[in-house]
Parts: sequence; structure tokens; C-alpha cells
Amino acid sequence: MLPSVLRCIRPVSTCLTLTQPLAHFRPQMDPDPSRPVEKAIRTKLTNSLKPDHLEVHNESHMHAVPPGSESHFRVLVVSSQFEGLPLIQRHRLVNEALKEELSSCVHALAIQAKTPEQWGSNPSLAKSPPCMGGSRGDHTVEEKLKAGRE
Amino acid sequence: MNSLIRSAARCLRSGPSVYVPGRADGRVWSAPARFLCSAADLQKDLGEMVKKDKVVVFMKGTPAQPMCGFSNAVVQILRMHGVDDYAAYNVLEDQDLRQGVKDFSNWPTIPQVYFNGEFVGGCDILLQMHQNGDLVEELKKLGIQSALLDAEKESK
Repeated sequence: MLPSVLRCIRPVSTCLTLTQPLAHFRPQMDPDPSRPVEKAIRTKLTNSLKPDHLEVHNESHMHAVPPGSESHFRVLVVSSQFEGLPLIQRHRLVNEALKEELSSCVHALAIQAKTPEQWGSNPSLAKSPPCMGGSRGDHTVEEKLKAGRE
Repeated sequence: MNSLIRSAARCLRSGPSVYVPGRADGRVWSAPARFLCSAADLQKDLGEMVKKDKVVVFMKGTPAQPMCGFSNAVVQILRMHGVDDYAAYNVLEDQDLRQGVKDFSNWPTIPQVYFNGEFVGGCDILLQMHQNGDLVEELKKLGIQSALLDAEKESK
């Protein structure tokens, strides 16, 4: 009993440094104000889908775009509004909410759309496949990045 | 092959663009020079393109050389199921096609997968269908026996 209690009271920050470089750590509840696209995505999905759980991950650093870009995202939305809807309808709801971002600065959007029950039985975030460099030299991506910065 | 001759003949006659897909099984015809065409022509072409083959994929790169991780994932999933004979259109070769297919499907991203002329979804959806067994069922409806079913039978 005592050893497990001692483990629990170990400071959280040491755990984080062991698993992730601190620079990449962003608490989900505190979006960086210098990341306007991430904030907009979070706000719009919250307003339109009233999610029980929402994760917005900027995966731009995994792709062939400059550091600090906001072009590639993965979202996990858990909402009862998805009940009874096939996957494609759920994804269309997410796309609709983020129509403006998708037509301007967001180049890629990976979506997981679960009902609260599905999330309860499988609370896991899928992983994006490795980049194959398609964004490099792609002028439409460059345009989108410019749109995001303006 | 006949459809290719027909579409090439149409191209010479009236000048609409012709999109020649790369075949996943490795045979690739080089795309003919694009003629000027209206957005409406493109939407009409797309309507035909998605129905011409049972499985149609709009992707970045080709099945032999995907240029995007998400497009590659679609190729790999189809390969796992033994689906090698499908039409693959490389949107990186044609910016009009790239935007046109997004308008046609009302879907903002690439890759895009069609089964029997019906839009199925992108990489995420195909992956989930693969994981939950729906993909095997959908392929069966197309008259395609998934290779995973054969593998299952052999292991029994």
C-alpha cells in the first residue's frame, strides 16, 4: 500500500519530462493564444457539437511544413449528437463546423467522431500515418499557410 | 480499355479534358494533354469517373508511389484486402481535379474513396471500416472477396 501511495504523490512534472519534451506539452484546457487556428477549431467544435470530450491536436510538426505552422490537425470529438449517425455523416458535421478553416488554412484534418458510449468502451486516440512529404513544394499548402498567418 | 478509347475519342471530338487513372496493378497510361474545360464539364466527368470502376480513389501520388501518409494508408488498406484493381487518380497532377473532386464530393480533404459510384469517405473512415469489419462487408457487396477472408479460412 505505502509504495503505491508514494508513487502517486510524485510531482507530475517529472513524469512529463520523461515522456515528452516540455516544448511540445500543451495542456488541453489552456490553448496558446498565439495559435489562432487551433483556438478557432476548438471554439467552433464546442459550439456546434457540444462535445462531452474534445481533443484538438496540431500535427503540423509531423509534416513537411515550416515549424509553427497550423496546417495539419487531428481532432477527437465525443458527442451525443453522433448517436445513430453513420461515420460519414459524423465527419460531415465536423467538416461543416470547420468549413472556413478547411477552405483557408487547414490542409489536413484527421477526424475521430465517437458517441459517449463508444468513447467509454474505447478511450483511445488514433495515430496519424507518417508523412510522405507530399506538402513539400506544394504551392496550395504554401498558400494555406500564408492564409493562416494573415 | 474500350472506355479509354471512347473517352480519348470524345477528347478529340469536343475538347473536354480526359482523366486517365493509374491502375493500382501497375499499368499506367500517360495522361493526354489537358484541354480547356469548364468546371461544369469537370463535374460531369467526375460523375462518370466515380461510376466507371467499382473502387475509385482520389489520392496524392499513385498506388506505387503515394505522396501522402493518409493516401498511403488507403492504398495499404486496400492492398491488405487484396483489392489491387482499382482506379486511382493523382490530384497532385491536376489542380482543377484536386479542387473539383472536393466540390463534387463536398468533402474538403484528399484522399477520397468511392465504392460503386458512392462516396465512402477518407482515410479515417476507411481505416475504421477496416478495423470494425465493415470493409469486408462492403467489398462483398461490390462482388469483391476480401483477401482477409481467405486468410481467415486458411488459418482454420
